[in-house]
Amino acid sequence: MSAASGNGVRPVVVFAIGNPSRGDDAIGPLIYARLTAWLDAQGLAESFDLYEDFQLQIEHAIDLKGRQMALFIDAGDNTPGPFTFSRIAPHEGIAHTSHALPPESVLQVYRQIEGEEPPPAFVLCVRGEQFGLGKPPGAAAESHIEQAWAFLAEICHPPELAVWMKAAAVA
Amino acid sequence: MFALETAAHPETLRRIAIDPVTRVEGHGKVTLLLDQDNKIHQVRLHIVEFRGFEAFIEGRPYWEVPVTVQRLCGICPVSHHLAAVKAMDLIAGYGPLTPTAEKLRRLMHYGQIMQSHAVHFFHLASPDILLGFDSDFTRRNIVGVALDHPEIAKQGVLLRKYGQEVIRHTAGKRVHGTGAVPGGMNKALSRAERDEMAKDIDQMIAWSLGAVHMVKQLHETNPAFYNVFGDFRSNMMGLVRPDGALDFYHGALRAVDADGQTIFDQVDYATYQEVLQEDIKPWSYMKFPHIKSLGAENGWYKVGPLGRIQAASYLSTPLAEAERQAMMALGGGKPVHGTLMYHWARLIEVVHAAEMIRDLLNDPDILGLDLMAEKGPRRHEAVGVIEAPRGTLFHHYRVDDDDLVTYCNLIVSTTNNNQAMNEAVRTVARQYLDGKEITEGLLNHIECAIRAYDPCLSCATHALGKMPMTVELIDADGQMLHSLSRG
Repeated sequence: MSAASGNGVRPVVVFAIGNPSRGDDAIGPLIYARLTAWLDAQGLAESFDLYEDFQLQIEHAIDLKGRQMALFIDAGDNTPGPFTFSRIAPHEGIAHTSHALPPESVLQVYRQIEGEEPPPAFVLCVRGEQFGLGKPPGAAAESHIEQAWAFLAEICHPPELAVWMKAAAVA
Repeated sequence: MFALETAAHPETLRRIAIDPVTRVEGHGKVTLLLDQDNKIHQVRLHIVEFRGFEAFIEGRPYWEVPVTVQRLCGICPVSHHLAAVKAMDLIAGYGPLTPTAEKLRRLMHYGQIMQSHAVHFFHLASPDILLGFDSDFTRRNIVGVALDHPEIAKQGVLLRKYGQEVIRHTAGKRVHGTGAVPGGMNKALSRAERDEMAKDIDQMIAWSLGAVHMVKQLHETNPAFYNVFGDFRSNMMGLVRPDGALDFYHGALRAVDADGQTIFDQVDYATYQEVLQEDIKPWSYMKFPHIKSLGAENGWYKVGPLGRIQAASYLSTPLAEAERQAMMALGGGKPVHGTLMYHWARLIEVVHAAEMIRDLLNDPDILGLDLMAEKGPRRHEAVGVIEAPRGTLFHHYRVDDDDLVTYCNLIVSTTNNNQAMNEAVRTVARQYLDGKEITEGLLNHIECAIRAYDPCLSCATHALGKMPMTVELIDADGQMLHSLSRG
């Protein structure tokens, strides 16, 4: 996958979600920081736009415009460990129970406001276990991050849709 | 004792819990106690995960606090950032801000008001209003709105995005921004950034005005419902300028009664403890503040859009003030109190914020480079107050000689509205649920009342898989009779 296409938009958008002061919710921001530095070092930064946020919101749908792939990185609340990697699709049946949106709904908002299908999208969900305010990430979360990171570095060098789809099918 | 707060014989009643309340940030639940005929005897909004924020702050260096407190809330981090930094301006010994620094902070704050109100109205509230309180709950969300009203949904997304961009340009980042520092700002606004925001602001004003008109039209379709839903009388409070205009960033405290008569005015917020008292109740972690001179039973109040635009004498921008006048005309010279009026007032504030952003972007001071105030003697104690999107937000700190915070008291907007939200759910329970067979649609009426306040109960965590919604019907022996789940 080449760097910025004709429309000047970088082909891959990555959303890393979480609050660094909420225990294992820091998983997203920690991977964001690591990925940012690593992409620079690898000369891959021109292929990615990275966004770090506390929560997914409706305006993130706009950041999908013109992309070839999208990746959402988030902690999971006692989801399968150490991590899962899956392809997701727009979903209108997911109820919104909070100010924040699940990734599938961000895709659905994109579909509705842009009138077209969103780019292929994937979720890297890293298992977290405790989310207390003021708590650092736990040892288990740090171990999960390490394992997720090895996987992430492999699929981002370079980012290829076929490789991501195969990885999602296997995971 | 408030009506419907505590049942005489709870052991004989069955209990319904709405846990968690949906489209509300954090973890709150509502419990209703009913007898065999579904007559309601007790309704409570419980905040079950809220305390601990102050402890999170104590022991930290004061200069770090304006950044740290942003992690309390994923929805309005800028509000905590600005309230904290206003207190720390004084702790650090700084005098009045430079004109550029104050205007940049105001610009950031109006961006915050716009983005927060936009996400609340379009994402959280409009599904109920546009699709119906008892429409299919699997479609009663922003995706359902987008399906039926794509243009409105798109405008909501772009208004929110615009507000976030204002924050990014003034705070440096969309989240964890460090724009405001004790004494001023650490980032000037470039001409290119100013121009980028200026090119779209007229569109934002037009869309926000369109949203006000949409709510006005909805009201005209069924005024009885909108006027009466969750209608209860209360005092109101907000920050005002010396001339009585609402001021979101800085002002003095004003409180008015349910008829709009002044209770107190031009109170220096540093002395808030002389006019406000915080009580606790055993069934909620959230405090119950009230106006001291009126006591707990009569002194509780509303803050936030409906409270403050009616506590103030006027809004300082013409389009928003005209809309405020139109809304208040419904009260025939007296304040309006219907709970759904919060949405109307909230959208008027979006118009006001957009007009203020336009004016600030056109002000030559906004591109200034003089960002830091003169420094004087340190203080050990200070209070910072702003009008956050959901209402008046107090940050009170004491700092020792080692620069560490030794005392922190936060009265967040949702805490100020605690009793009012409890009254709202009791009023709605009386109006729509009492004596009826309970359905999901009727329970959503309770949630709509809470959602109108846009409470932020305990924020900033949102891991995947943490968004269930369950309504359980439990009898007096604790046996579950029925359960409904969403999400």
